[in-house]
Amino acid sequence: MEVKLQNLTKKFPGRDRKKRLEVVAVNDFTFEIPDGRLIGLLGPSGCGKSTTLNLISGLVKPTSGRIFFGDDDVTDLPPEHRGIGLVFQNYALYPHLTVRQNITFPLENLKGKDKLTKAEMLEKAMEAARLVQIEELMDRKPGELSGGQQQRVAIARALVKRPKVLLLDEPLSNLDARLRLQTREEIKRIQRETGITTIFVTHDQEEAMSISDMIVVMKDGVVQQIGKPQEVYDNPVNLFVARFLGTPPINVFEGGVRDGRLYIGEDAVMELKQMQEACYPGMPGNVPNQEREIAVSGTERVYAAVRPEGFRLREEGPLRCELSGVEVMGRDVSVVSRNRACLNTPIRSIIGTESMDGNFSMERLFSTQRPVAAGQRTGKKGGEAADAAERAEGNTADSEERNIVRFELIPRKVFLFDRESGNRIYFDRETGG
Amino acid sequence: MKKNRNSGSLKAWLYLLPAIFFLGAFMVYPLIDVFVYSFEEGYNSASQTYYGVGSYNYSYVLHDPYFLQAVKNTFLLVIITVPLSTGIALLISVGLHSIIPLRNLFQTVYFLPYVTNTLAVGLVFMILFKKTAYSDGFVNLLISWFGGSSVDFIDGPYWAKMFVLCFYTIWVVMPFKILILTSALSSVNQEYYNAARVDGTSKFRTFRKITLPMISPMIFYLVITGFIGAFKAYSDAVALFGTDLNAAEMNTIVGYVYDMLYGDSGGYPSYASAAAIILFAIVLTITCINLLASNKKVHY
Repeated sequence: MEVKLQNLTKKFPGRDRKKRLEVVAVNDFTFEIPDGRLIGLLGPSGCGKSTTLNLISGLVKPTSGRIFFGDDDVTDLPPEHRGIGLVFQNYALYPHLTVRQNITFPLENLKGKDKLTKAEMLEKAMEAARLVQIEELMDRKPGELSGGQQQRVAIARALVKRPKVLLLDEPLSNLDARLRLQTREEIKRIQRETGITTIFVTHDQEEAMSISDMIVVMKDGVVQQIGKPQEVYDNPVNLFVARFLGTPPINVFEGGVRDGRLYIGEDAVMELKQMQEACYPGMPGNVPNQEREIAVSGTERVYAAVRPEGFRLREEGPLRCELSGVEVMGRDVSVVSRNRACLNTPIRSIIGTESMDGNFSMERLFSTQRPVAAGQRTGKKGGEAADAAERAEGNTADSEERNIVRFELIPRKVFLFDRESGNRIYFDRETGG
Repeated sequence: MKKNRNSGSLKAWLYLLPAIFFLGAFMVYPLIDVFVYSFEEGYNSASQTYYGVGSYNYSYVLHDPYFLQAVKNTFLLVIITVPLSTGIALLISVGLHSIIPLRNLFQTVYFLPYVTNTLAVGLVFMILFKKTAYSDGFVNLLISWFGGSSVDFIDGPYWAKMFVLCFYTIWVVMPFKILILTSALSSVNQEYYNAARVDGTSKFRTFRKITLPMISPMIFYLVITGFIGAFKAYSDAVALFGTDLNAAEMNTIVGYVYDMLYGDSGGYPSYASAAAIILFAIVLTITCINLLASNKKVHY
């Protein structure tokens, strides 16, 4: 069942009696959710994602706009006639009923021709329980279950009536980290097995990126960007989206554009032509509230945002940062450094360990954290980032300058944003910057 | 090690001493004393003497028609008022909970009887029900409007007096129950109702299957305290029928105990003690039955 949202808007009356300010929780949301997909509504708290979910469920009535399930306009239908399953953030399992009674509860409400016999109900409940693998817990009370098990029971209860749309409100927020990983795979699996169009709400971008077929990034009730997770990650339409997605977060520099080059601080880090060539193959179609801005010219002041994986350690790399440490995480290494032009301190750049060649050795990078002994410095031939930095700085004894680390930036991991609006600055393929 | 533990517990007892002293002097000792009195036959409070120990006091009390009348009255009062007041309070609370405008006003109105003096309320009931030489009372006025014949509720037939007593008791105990139940209702998480709504649960089924179990501990609390309170009823009857309750056939067990101690026919602490112990046994039994019955129905 595809779900269509048309100009969906929800305003709540303000709390303040004197001012009567309305709070716009969802602002002009238009989106078509294709059938049988897993959609993540993503945004910081208070961005209207849960309200959107409640609008789809029918628990909240929209101020304006329409909601369609397939071809049916369900805007004025109460929740029970929409054919939805809803999993609440705190699961809302009835504590006085056993797991079995909780799951059969929705079935017992069926009347008329849909009325089921006791045996049919138990069979359906068992079927739902099998899907979420809780068959052996059927006689327990919710209070005797762990958080993850309660979550499964809640999903089974939502699925037992075979809903057309499954809605999950922050499904993983009450679980511990390990269980979260496991449960999100589980949600993905259940969605695949049932083929039910599923919409879930989360503030955790990693969670949304990992399991959704599509993500919807929201901020202050306004949809920022809709697309496949990787597309949104690779092609953020504005600074907010760029910063919201990705761990560690994107590094934002105050930059300038002069003479066809991108400057960060005093360093000319990249030719704009390089960025233009690395430019993504076409934008995803649905970019609301966004006009393509073209032409970077003159000495425009921009924000240059670089993904952590967009840095490459190079002895002659154009971007100079002050090294403050190295964090080893096994699979990769993150180099922590500082730059005066950077809005977020420190800068975190992730260097995959497998990409290290003979040209660069980790030991040498580590050694730059402490004052490098003179013999060590001269005894080996150049090629380490630290030594390169030293040479560039004229071999001063000052430890601050010795800790310079130099990066080369990967063009497709660098995004330019307008300083005022935060909107992405795009390049036209033909004319360039 | 051992010494340490001893000095520790000594200190603990020292801290407990004030509480133990007051509880012991004003609660435990009188209780034991009442128990002892109830077995002392022919106790004379003036000379503090008695001639024997035995169960004569109990047999006297149990054969006293006034006591049997009091037991009957008390049981009727309990059986009628506790379920009725709890049920009506639940209805009113659910009603209060589902209206949004003026909820605070209504809650205040329903709570007013709780802060009103029992005897003042009794006076109001007299005006409503009492038949005097000058007027038939407000309720009789209503009855005659609807074509009925007037009844003397205060000095008339037994059922009429019992009706007034029950009416009065329910009216007096209601506000507290409403207060407890409205707060219990508002403490039920809205998510349960949302979940029930999404599942298409009817209003009545939601109430029976979700609301009632969720507030069952509070209902149980009200039933237990209601039973105990109704068994100990006395001032209500006095407020309506005056102090000579035996003559009005409206005595309660506590009223009987009082009469035995201080009433016109009083001065018999042994009989009073025996009656008090019997009351204690009744309340204890009923409460135990309540607890046993609640195990299945109350969900914590």
